[in-house]
Amino acid sequence: MRIRGGKGLLATAAVLAALAGLDRLLPAALDPYVFQILIYIGINITLAASLNLINGVTGQFSLGHAGFMAVGGYVSAYVTYTWGAGPAGEPPQGLAGELVLLGALLAGGLAAAGAGYLVGMPSLRLKGDYLAIVTLGFGEIIRVLILNIEAVGGARGFSGVPSLAGFSPLRSFFWVFLVAIATVFVSIRLVGSAHGRAMLAVREDEIAAEAMGIDTTRTKVMAFIVGAFFAGIAGGLLGHFLQYLNPSMFTFIKSFEAVIMVVLGGMGSVSGSVLAAVVMTVLPEALRGVKNYMPYGIDPRMVLFSLMLIVLMLTRPTGLLGSREIWDVFRARRRARGEGA
Amino acid sequence: MNTFFQHVLNGITTGSIYALIALGYTMVYGVLKLINFAHGDVFMLGAFMGYYVAHALGLARSPSVPGAVLVMVSSMAICGLFGFLNERAAYRPLRRAPRITSLITAIGVSFFLEYGGQMAFGPDPKFFPQVFPKHNIQVGGVSTTNYQLIVVVVAVALMGGLQWIVYRTRFGKAMRAVSHNFEMASLMGIPTDRVISTTFVLGSALAAAAGCLYGLAYPKIDPLMGIFPGLKAFVAAVLGGIGNVPGAVLGGMVIGVVEEFTVAADPWVWQSIGLHIGRYKDAIVFGILVAILVLRPSGLLGRYEPEKV
Amino acid sequence: MTEPRREFKLTEGARRAGKPPGTLLVALLGLSLHLLLATGCGGTGGAGGPADAVPVGEYGSLTGETATFGQSTHEGITLAAEEINATGGVKGKPVHLYTEDDQSKPEEAATVVAKLINQNRVLGILGEVASSRSLAAAPKAQAAGIPMITPASTNPKVTLVGDYIFRACFTDDFQGRVMAVFLRKNLGVKKAAILRDIRNDYSVGLANFFAQEFQRLGGTIAPDVSYSAGDADFKAQLTAIKAAAPEAIFIPGYYPDVGQIAIQARDLGITVPMAGGDGWESPKLLEIGGKSLEGCFYSTHFFAEDPNPTVANFVGKYRTKYGRTPDCYSALGYEAMMLLADAMNRAPELTGRAIRDALASTSGFVGVTGKITMDANRNPVKSAIVLEVKGGTMVYHGTITPE
Repeated sequence: MRIRGGKGLLATAAVLAALAGLDRLLPAALDPYVFQILIYIGINITLAASLNLINGVTGQFSLGHAGFMAVGGYVSAYVTYTWGAGPAGEPPQGLAGELVLLGALLAGGLAAAGAGYLVGMPSLRLKGDYLAIVTLGFGEIIRVLILNIEAVGGARGFSGVPSLAGFSPLRSFFWVFLVAIATVFVSIRLVGSAHGRAMLAVREDEIAAEAMGIDTTRTKVMAFIVGAFFAGIAGGLLGHFLQYLNPSMFTFIKSFEAVIMVVLGGMGSVSGSVLAAVVMTVLPEALRGVKNYMPYGIDPRMVLFSLMLIVLMLTRPTGLLGSREIWDVFRARRRARGEGA
Repeated sequence: MNTFFQHVLNGITTGSIYALIALGYTMVYGVLKLINFAHGDVFMLGAFMGYYVAHALGLARSPSVPGAVLVMVSSMAICGLFGFLNERAAYRPLRRAPRITSLITAIGVSFFLEYGGQMAFGPDPKFFPQVFPKHNIQVGGVSTTNYQLIVVVVAVALMGGLQWIVYRTRFGKAMRAVSHNFEMASLMGIPTDRVISTTFVLGSALAAAAGCLYGLAYPKIDPLMGIFPGLKAFVAAVLGGIGNVPGAVLGGMVIGVVEEFTVAADPWVWQSIGLHIGRYKDAIVFGILVAILVLRPSGLLGRYEPEKV
Repeated sequence: MTEPRREFKLTEGARRAGKPPGTLLVALLGLSLHLLLATGCGGTGGAGGPADAVPVGEYGSLTGETATFGQSTHEGITLAAEEINATGGVKGKPVHLYTEDDQSKPEEAATVVAKLINQNRVLGILGEVASSRSLAAAPKAQAAGIPMITPASTNPKVTLVGDYIFRACFTDDFQGRVMAVFLRKNLGVKKAAILRDIRNDYSVGLANFFAQEFQRLGGTIAPDVSYSAGDADFKAQLTAIKAAAPEAIFIPGYYPDVGQIAIQARDLGITVPMAGGDGWESPKLLEIGGKSLEGCFYSTHFFAEDPNPTVANFVGKYRTKYGRTPDCYSALGYEAMMLLADAMNRAPELTGRAIRDALASTSGFVGVTGKITMDANRNPVKSAIVLEVKGGTMVYHGTITPE
């Protein structure tokens, strides 16, 4: 997917305009509960696509993604909380507010990227299960460290994250989906680039890749850094949307949820991650009514969900799209039909 | 000084429980190269099975030693059966699949046990009855109860039993062969499927025993109780050298004692550098995990395995 | 060592190219979208309920770590709602209660409250027990202009979220001081240890307030150690406490941990009394802790054997309906619902703003947990009851009123 020159500029402008328009329209048109689900979809898309870069494209099985999200969330929330207040203690509105938000999110993303580097470096020599466990360990370490930082509320959680210009619980569409689209776009471009080829090579056969002259160390660390960066921004968005953060939101269970999204969509498939993110956000909400049919209103969603996961792994472990993208599917179908005989 | 020994005893008690769980992890990893994420939840299942059996036998009202033994044995049997079924249904079909698939399946089983447990047993904590009379014991200046000593003794006995099975029986030899080289072992006529099934049964039984002992020593049980002890037991298994049976025991003890002394040192560390180190107990355990994987992935007692190209 | 597995290969996808995933994909997406739209936008499905009822929302931890707190509160609220409806409802209309489970998770709390507000169009929200969940959900209620009453969250920050957030109980700064005064003055304790739950916002806050006041009154804290909710072994901390030989231990945690801590403390030979806050309150406390808790004290909001006719009346009705004695969370749930109904009746019209104003002006409301008058921060000024464990049961020890 290549977008050249003027066409690219036009496309970008169109996307931005669409986002801004929807940002104004949707909160009024949609039920706020549905709107909230939409926001969660956007955040989960960013999360899944970013993890896909590490797990799916580069084949580094990371179970610590929640840790990056936590770092990004807390750093950006802290930035907004400390420097986001205007002279009168009021959060800045208008363009100034948007810039502060952008700054906070970027700060969160960069901090998370740093964490990605710190996690990626020691993990280089490890493969498969060992890598999974060490990243799990890192994720938990990050969480416990944050739990003990009084300045961000520790166990009590970080509440009172100010609502900045245009980013309140009701006006978050623009940023959330801008980031989601950016993450997806970067993922796609990255995969199609030389760096992406290197990442895929590392996934397929690391030793052969090394033999072909690819700097596997650099490739793997880069995957961690980029993936962590976007996860951090996702965390920042979540924190600003909820106006609240708590370390208990970022346990390894959250990491598992992200991994499940990537696996469900198909490891390495960006569009797969997007689809899986949508499904995994919507399905639990849509199934909320099931508990009304259960005795004592017990919520069987998680049990159903775990069964679904097991069945999925037994029947279709490659996920929805395998390692292809959704446009490849259509192209293949068209080709099969077109070439007839 | 007494305080020191008290801490050591405490550490060894928790360490024994971690060790029992770690044994299951290490054995399964040894034969299947699979990290059975659901193992910590088998520990939980064992505790609950013990709870229900104890109540069925009316031990809460009339505690007795034979009753207690029956409780533990039944729990071990039930969980052994669960381990067998789990392996057959969820892991065997994926034997040839990429590792990540089995890992995700294990996660699925883990969630199933946890949330299913909440549905089946109720989400609020239950309290393990005192299945036999408790006595306070004073050894020197160290106060303890017979429960604490029982936990250590029984755990050590079970570990010894496992050690005997693994190193002194033909079956144990088969297990070791399978963990060394799966395909070779099957070529040599070893019934690999049976070996794997039995490994799961043994591991689950040990986890169940750990669950009952835990219920005895720390009566509160709830469906989510297996998560953190499971993770820490896993760290213990890795620390000792995953796949290595004595390593799991050593790892368990080390983790138990380290946890204990981290908290014990808290008042001193707080006074000297103003840091409540006790609160970082979990982070330190995971830090050990990271350190061991980075510095010596084969673990304390594991074989050094050079990377073959 | 050969591997019995193969790793993913790039060609895998290509090999399966012939078999389209379309069916599964479309099915899943279609199902999700359909279900969402059916329960989502517009007014079909779960929104509104009976046309001429007053919708009230409740969210709580019916499952998860602190499940019993949510369940007790739910029972209290339901009892109150039934009573209200039996005597004509609010402004002649029956109350319709929508209950949502937040699974003891803050994110869920925010989500379900949004659903209650937007789908069920509730006019008031009751919840939650744990401060961290109340803190996550309160901004939603505040932004939507729907009044929220937390029955039992004691962290002061909750009502500071905004002027639509109210509380039916006292706050931790008061509760911490209560126990500090009690230990220092009533029991004459000069040196106390603290054992707090670092994972629990309530516990950390309460411990800090206690420590502050206790030291202000001339006492010393040694040592101040912590555990994590989910730990089962407290011997390390207790051994350290024993070594420092304090005269009492303050344990501002929840009852499952407290009961066990007490047992382990006695096992280790610690004989000094232990004290705590309302997190101790549960019918299960003595089941767990048994004799180990003899001679211990804790502060709470309510006492079932209180001869006060309002209390006795409530306890009787509760026992009849549920077959067990209510705990303070049942009482506070009941209280919160009654408070809301009272405000709704006094409000000139049933809108968020009007109900909020009526709530804010609540004064002298006689409830089962005391007389309630909302202060400037929308917290009631209430007394704390100190209970002692004596002879295997909870015995009234005293009431401490705020100065």
